[in-house]
Amino acid sequence: MVQDLGYLKETPSQTAGPYVHIGLTPNYSEIGGVYETDLGSVMVNDKTLGERITVTGRVLDGAGAPVKDAVLEIWQADSAGLYNSPSELRGAADPNFTGWGRCPTNSADGVFRFETIKPGRVPFKDGRKMAPHITVWIVARGINIGLHTRIYFPEETAANAEDPLLARIEHKERLATLIAHKEDSVYTFDVHLQGDKETVFLDI
Amino acid sequence: MSDRSNSKPETGAFFARDRAWHPPAFSPGYKTSVLRSPQRALLSLDGTISEITGPVFGHSILNELDNDLIHNFARPGESAIGERIIVHGRVLDERGRPVPGVLLEFWQANAGGRYRHKKETYLAAIDPNFGGCGRAITDDEGRYAFRTIRPGAYPWPNGVNDWRPAHIHFSVFGHGFAQRLITQMYFEGDPMIWKCPIVGTIPDRQAIEQLIAPLDWGNTIPMDARAYKFDIVLRGRRSTLFENRLEGN
Repeated sequence: MVQDLGYLKETPSQTAGPYVHIGLTPNYSEIGGVYETDLGSVMVNDKTLGERITVTGRVLDGAGAPVKDAVLEIWQADSAGLYNSPSELRGAADPNFTGWGRCPTNSADGVFRFETIKPGRVPFKDGRKMAPHITVWIVARGINIGLHTRIYFPEETAANAEDPLLARIEHKERLATLIAHKEDSVYTFDVHLQGDKETVFLDI
Repeated sequence: MSDRSNSKPETGAFFARDRAWHPPAFSPGYKTSVLRSPQRALLSLDGTISEITGPVFGHSILNELDNDLIHNFARPGESAIGERIIVHGRVLDERGRPVPGVLLEFWQANAGGRYRHKKETYLAAIDPNFGGCGRAITDDEGRYAFRTIRPGAYPWPNGVNDWRPAHIHFSVFGHGFAQRLITQMYFEGDPMIWKCPIVGTIPDRQAIEQLIAPLDWGNTIPMDARAYKFDIVLRGRRSTLFENRLEGN
């Protein structure tokens, strides 16, 4: 016998279910008076540095129907490429930017919407710079373990071309699934859970 | 999000997730998963700074009753109806170390199995004094606790006669976005656990048992509330033995 490594097993995931809003966005779920605001509903304030943008879109199932009971969380660097996290050791992030947002897909039309800023570039492990991106996590009824993906920006052609994660995608036609569509300051990013246009999801 | 734990920040990448221990995306016994499961393989990547970092929440976001579901929605002087329980435990990582300063959010049905949600149509009655949500932040030893009523089982339109076992939903943050986890806690001895298609999405019986909270008689408060203990394990992170290069990049 050898020594026991002594590691524990990670608690297994379960679906967030259709009533996830009770716990994560109770005010949206019309449970008023428990929390003042829904956590993650505001990422910026008047003093936040950087270019203001809107990120919006829908989550679509394998039949192309919008998923109206999902919750999305996003996590991103500030305009200088720093994360508002204790594990960020490269410097202090913009104190007026949370870096984290949470939004349900609307129960009527399935649309989510984040008011945020365009993130700066952050380094990959080997020091190369990754293209500007927003990390996304999606939970819903029918999703047994939260899905991770990334939003990249269409105007960042050169940065996207040298991005180490995008370079790892073997089927090049799938790159487009991670790149938002831009109109003025509004970026639209639809997530396709399944099918021909299936979004690239990450095991990270 | 400003007040932070005193412990030394960790910057190692996370242990790879054992996706054979977690439920697969496609699990047809749980019907909604059929059209909501990706069919292509996930793109695997060792964690970058975008996943190693994550939001941390200060105790300043908490109200006094946030971890008391018996009272946080009740009218003054009243309380939710049902079996009074305390749920407590620790948040650890796979290396067995406590994870302090992490936000947990809980939600659940009332004692009759009815959720307070506009899409819920089950005929069991709403409890006017029960909202069903709560939250807590772990202390320096990774401990959390909340007070609630034991939720009831409820039927759902999956199979003709499917019922969920009594359960409490948990959402857990770690210190990195890659640790983000949502799961469900079940109660020791509930025979419905082994009939449930959502529980059954987890292939390994030992993994299912990790979601079942034992009755904790030692922490039961006489003449008040019984206790259940539910420990949560998040992904461990590597020691940055020879790879702590982030500062220099």
